[in-house]
Amino acid sequence: MSRFCPSACLVLTLLLGAPAFAKPFLPIDDGAVLERLPEKTDPSLRDVKRLRAALDRNPGDITLAARLARRAVEAGRETGDPRFFGQAQAALAPWWKQPDPPAQALLLRATLKQSTHDFPGALADLDRLIAANPGDGQALLTRATVLTVQGRYAEARADCARIARLTVPLVRIACDAAPASVSGEAASAYRALTSALAAPAADAGLAAWGETLAGEIAQRRGDSVAAEAHYRAALALDPRDPYLLGAYADFLLDCNRPAEVVPVLKDYTRNDNLLLRLALAEARLPELRASFGAHRSDLEDRFEAARRRGDTLHQREEARYALEIAGNSGRALALARDNWQVQHESADLRILLAAAKAAGDAAVLQEAGEWVRAHRLEDAAITALLR
Amino acid sequence: MKSLVALLLWLVAFSAVAHKPSDSYLTLERQGAAVQGQWDIALRDLDAAITLDANGDGEITWGEVRAKRAAIAAYALSRIDMASGGTACPLDAADALIDQHSDGAYAVLRLSGTCPQPGPALSVEYRLLFDIDPTHRGLLQYIEDGRTHSAIFSAEARAHTLGAATGWQQLAAYVHEGVWHIWLGFDHILFLLSLLLPAVLLRRGGAWQPAESFRGAFWDVARIVTAFTVAHSITLTLAALDVVSLPSRWVESAIALSVVLAAINNVFPVVSHGRWLAAFGFGLIHGFGFASALRDLGLPTGSLALSLFGFNVGVELGQLAIVGVFLPAAFWLRGTWTYRRVVLAGGSALIAAIAGIWLVERAFNVAILPLSA
Repeated sequence: MSRFCPSACLVLTLLLGAPAFAKPFLPIDDGAVLERLPEKTDPSLRDVKRLRAALDRNPGDITLAARLARRAVEAGRETGDPRFFGQAQAALAPWWKQPDPPAQALLLRATLKQSTHDFPGALADLDRLIAANPGDGQALLTRATVLTVQGRYAEARADCARIARLTVPLVRIACDAAPASVSGEAASAYRALTSALAAPAADAGLAAWGETLAGEIAQRRGDSVAAEAHYRAALALDPRDPYLLGAYADFLLDCNRPAEVVPVLKDYTRNDNLLLRLALAEARLPELRASFGAHRSDLEDRFEAARRRGDTLHQREEARYALEIAGNSGRALALARDNWQVQHESADLRILLAAAKAAGDAAVLQEAGEWVRAHRLEDAAITALLR
Repeated sequence: MKSLVALLLWLVAFSAVAHKPSDSYLTLERQGAAVQGQWDIALRDLDAAITLDANGDGEITWGEVRAKRAAIAAYALSRIDMASGGTACPLDAADALIDQHSDGAYAVLRLSGTCPQPGPALSVEYRLLFDIDPTHRGLLQYIEDGRTHSAIFSAEARAHTLGAATGWQQLAAYVHEGVWHIWLGFDHILFLLSLLLPAVLLRRGGAWQPAESFRGAFWDVARIVTAFTVAHSITLTLAALDVVSLPSRWVESAIALSVVLAAINNVFPVVSHGRWLAAFGFGLIHGFGFASALRDLGLPTGSLALSLFGFNVGVELGQLAIVGVFLPAAFWLRGTWTYRRVVLAGGSALIAAIAGIWLVERAFNVAILPLSA
């Protein structure tokens, strides 16, 4: 059979249309489980449903709407599932288009705009909030985060300085460490962050966030021993956070330890970012070729689906896929450049550089080199790419 | 202090949106009056809307879906509207099947429907899930004459008008609609006839005389038809592009009034030489009427200019055909008593009476005539 397969199977596949999805069917068994909802893994997510039902009964109740939106944003952050962000937006529908909604709606709206990479929209809302209440720590922290993503480090650090009186030291220090560590002060930012982390933290989530950031800074500084310790500390506090899992997987891939990525991510294949990391690990493990093939085609489907709906939220990941899995450096460069127009994190620069190098685009390489020099960015992987 | 810390946190790690967002997949295939289709909707989304997970255990089983198959179809159908030729195309859905997509299980609805008065375009309004998740999208594949077009429904773009397959076919379809619109729109024909009837005559000393030359009559007709065409083309374009819009009751009443005035002018002449000016002025109003007919047909998103042009050309061709039949016949009969007394005076009086009734019907929204234009 296998001797005939190359031609015969190709013809068969073409004839049958190799559809992206299987044929619709009628299940036989009533007990067959067709879908697992997020609340199966985390029963507390039922709150979102409950609050939604309550808001349906009292539409226009801003306190209830804000509670639902906040809970849904939390759920979205925990699960990485954009449906929760969409539900948060729906809860805010009466205030979504208003030029001047109440503060609680405005803050949530800014957060949601940020989650869909509408950074200018988010900043406009945050500016308005901070103008009305200069002591709004939450708005300041969010604005610092958005400004950091845009590469506006000085402005971000100014916001972080303003929240000093409003919150515990760790929040202020971590807020500042993010922009400081990518603008010439990695060593001092790291020192400040680790000493703040040494003090007992009031909140496990906050500590996990700080440890994740410390891990990323250590990794960029080329200290993989310290980075691993921070990631492990963070995982001990929050083992399911998708952002952390992605950062840790990237760390393992950088250390060329793909076999360790598989057990960490194998249950998160619904998350595109994590599925990408899993596939990147499997690609380097010959014994997992079958699973790699399946995951690769899943990723293709997901990117295709995103393209069809006109999404540009995953250009960074898609560029990485194009470069490291599909081996299409031209496409990777185009995606990485579009992505760089929107966000300026060091991971964005890294994929831009890697794609430019593979595609042999000297102009982009030079531009990226100038950015690194101008901002005094310290990142071992980027330095290696520029060499 | 602690609550502030907790509150601050959920805002920060945000590169986390990484699942496939909520999409439904809608395929529609049109053949003349018949529309067939398939609609794949994620079970997770249906659960958010009509709670499929009846026992609340976080798992959706086939038994739970089966118990709600009718509710699924009813919910989905209540969130979509199709229309063609200005008339709704009711849709039916067969019981849901299941399909596995790359991001989970979907309910698959097989759709079928009929458009009672199919026009060249099919307009689809999609409202699924936008109230629950405004980031939801409906990804449409539209198939007609073996060609596939795609479109995306979003909370901001809930309606799409889908046109015939190629540019030429579409142009032809709209030309055809334009011709039929002027032939079946009696108010436009009667207005034009009222202006044309006296064109083969001359008004001398308070009485009608037959025109001396065909040439003179021809140019009189040409002036009137051109003025009418230029005027209604202007307003048709402005209204179709949503630059200007007027309430349709006002427009329809004004059109009826224009017919009354043009017809009465033939019986009790006030204006005899500047009829082309009346054609121009009232033509502006008739253009708004054409625009509302065109809107009922639907203007395909993406080929608006082509459809508008085609419809306008159709209206002109239909008009020319009427003139082509009218002018030789009227010129031949112009010297007869019948033409002046029966056709011009009697016909105009009849036209004025009919249009007067339309005017009352349209202005006061009542039905008097059994079949009103």
